[in-house]
Amino acid sequence: MSKLIFERSVPGSSAFSLPEGDVPSVELQDSLQGFLRESDPPLPEVSEVEVVRHFTELSTKAFGVDSGMYPLGSCTMKYNPKINEWAARLPGIAGLHPDQPEETVQGALELMYELEQMLCEITGMNRYTLQPASGAHGEMTGASLIKAYHEQRQDFRRKKMVVPDSSHGTNPATAHMLGFELVEVRSNERGLVDVDDLCSLMSDEIAGLMLTNPNTLGLFEEEILEISKVVHEAGGLLYYDGANLNAVMGVARPGDMGFDIVHLNLHKTFGTPHGGGGPGAGPVGVKEFLVDLLPIPLVGKKDGQYCLDYDVPHSIGKVQSFYGNFGVMAKAYAYIKALGGKGIREACRHAVLNANYLRHNLSDFYEITYDRLCKHEFVASAVRQKKECGVTALDVAKRLIDYGYHPPTIYFPLIVDEGLMIEPTETETKERLDGFIEAMQEIAKEAKENPELVKEAPTNAPIRRVDEVTAARRPILKWK
Amino acid sequence: MATEIKEGLYYSDEHEWVRVDEDNANIGITDYAQHQLGDIVFVELPDLDSEFDAEESIGVIESVKAVSDMHTPVSGTVTAVNEGLDDVPESLNSNPYEEHIVVIKMSDRSELDKLMNAKEYADFCEKEE
Repeated sequence: MSKLIFERSVPGSSAFSLPEGDVPSVELQDSLQGFLRESDPPLPEVSEVEVVRHFTELSTKAFGVDSGMYPLGSCTMKYNPKINEWAARLPGIAGLHPDQPEETVQGALELMYELEQMLCEITGMNRYTLQPASGAHGEMTGASLIKAYHEQRQDFRRKKMVVPDSSHGTNPATAHMLGFELVEVRSNERGLVDVDDLCSLMSDEIAGLMLTNPNTLGLFEEEILEISKVVHEAGGLLYYDGANLNAVMGVARPGDMGFDIVHLNLHKTFGTPHGGGGPGAGPVGVKEFLVDLLPIPLVGKKDGQYCLDYDVPHSIGKVQSFYGNFGVMAKAYAYIKALGGKGIREACRHAVLNANYLRHNLSDFYEITYDRLCKHEFVASAVRQKKECGVTALDVAKRLIDYGYHPPTIYFPLIVDEGLMIEPTETETKERLDGFIEAMQEIAKEAKENPELVKEAPTNAPIRRVDEVTAARRPILKWK
Repeated sequence: MATEIKEGLYYSDEHEWVRVDEDNANIGITDYAQHQLGDIVFVELPDLDSEFDAEESIGVIESVKAVSDMHTPVSGTVTAVNEGLDDVPESLNSNPYEEHIVVIKMSDRSELDKLMNAKEYADFCEKEE
C-alpha cells in the first residue's frame, strides 16, 4: 500500500515559497478578531518533490482507458480522443465567466446551440436542455418532466412508473425519489419486455415507462413500436435512458421509436471522460409537446444573435447552476464534429461488431445468456464455473485484473445469475479483443485446474483482494 | 447447494418465513433467500406501530450483490423489530431461522392460509433453481 500524504508529513517541510508582498501586511488578529482558529489546521507538511512523487506514484496505480481495455458493461468506456481536451482548453472556452454578457460569448452560445441541434438530429427529438450534470441528473430531470406534464393537465392520478426487471438501478431510484410508485414489467424468455405483462399493468394511474434500448442484456427491444403504442394509449409517456445509445447512434433514433423524453450521457456515448476523468453531462431531449416544460434557460437565436431564452412558460425551473458543464459540451461538440454523421454510424457499427466478436468467441468457455446477435454489449455468465469449480463471477472479474484488464460489470442485470456484462466499445483493436478472449479462456482453464488461484486473485495488482463485506458492514471512513 | 427448510413455519413465495405466536407473526427470511442474496451488509427496519398490508414492502435488505425490498406476508401492525440487525446484519446469513426481522400483530389470520408449509416451500424452491 502507498503511504498517505499525511504519513509522509515531516514537521517544518513545505512545498511553497511566496515572494515578499508589495502591499503592506496586516495582522489577521486585527481584522478577523473572534473568527480566527485557535490552532493550525492539521495539514500534511511535505516538500515539493515529495508531493510530486506521492501523486506520481498514485497515478501509476490507477487504471483507465488510457492504460488498458475497460469492458465495463453499460458504461461505454470508450477512448476519449485527446483533441477534445485541446478544444475544451482553448482560451475562448476555458476562460469564460458564466456571468459574461451574451454579446461577448456568442461563440460559446453558438457551440451550445449547434450541439443541441446535432443531438436532436442523432436522437430524433425536438429540443434539448444541456443543464443536467450527469446521467442520473438527466434522469431526474426527465422524470420531473413526466410528472410536470401530467400535473399540468390536472391529471393527478398518474403515480405509477413502470420499469423492466432488467432496468438500470438508477431508473427505479429516480422514479422513487420523485414520489412515483414503482411497477416492474417482466422480461420474456427472449430477454425482452413482455408486452402481454406490460398491457396488464396499464391503467389511468400509469405515468410512464422508463426503458433503455437496447436493454441491459444488449438486446434490441424488437417490439418497441408496440410498446410505445401500449404506453401511449394508456396515457403514459415513454422515457429513453440513453445509457446504451452507443448501440444505435447513427442507425436508429429513439424519437422515431416513439420515445417522448431522452437523456444522454455525453461521457459515455460522445467520447468525453467518464467517472474520475471529469464531470459528466446528461442532456435531456423532448418532443415538441414537452418543450414548454424544459428547464430555463434554453439557448435560442434571435435576429442572427444567440441568446439565453428564459421564455419557457411552464418550465420546471433550473436544474443546475448556470448552464451545465460547459467544458464537457465543448468536448462532445468536438467529438461529434470530428466523426461527422458517417463516423457516428461507423462507430456504432464497430461497437456492435466488437461485442458480437467477443460474444461468439467466449461462448465456448462461458455460458452466454441469450446467445444470439447482440448490440453493443452482452451478458456472459460464470454459472458453469460456479457449479463445476466453485469459481464465481466475482472471482473471474478479479482474475482479469491480473491479466491487465478492467473487470466487466458483474451481477447485473439482476435477472442473470453470475452475470458478467461485457461492453468492449468501438475503440478497441482486434488485437486487444483477441487478448481479452485469450485471458478469459485462460481463466476458464484455471478455474478447472487451479481454482484457488482464481479465488485468490488479484495477485499481481498493487493490492490484493479487498474485503468488500467488512468494508460495507463496518466501514472506516477516516484515517486514524 | 442444500438449503435448510424448517418444519412448523409458514413460507411466502418471496422467501420470507412466518412463525406464529398467538396473534403475533415473527417474520424473517429463509435460508434460500440468504444464499441468493449473499453477504448481507445492511438491514433497514420499519418503524414501530406502522401498519402494513400483506405483500407490502416493510424494509430493505442490502447485500454485497444487490439491494432488495423485504415484504410482509401478512397484514398488521409492527410491534417489535430486531434492532440487533443494525449492528450485526450478518446474523441473517448465519442464523436465518433464529433471527426474525420484525414482529407483526396480525389483523387477518386467514392470510396465513395463503402461505406455504415446509413441504410446499421445498417444492417451490426446487422449481426456482
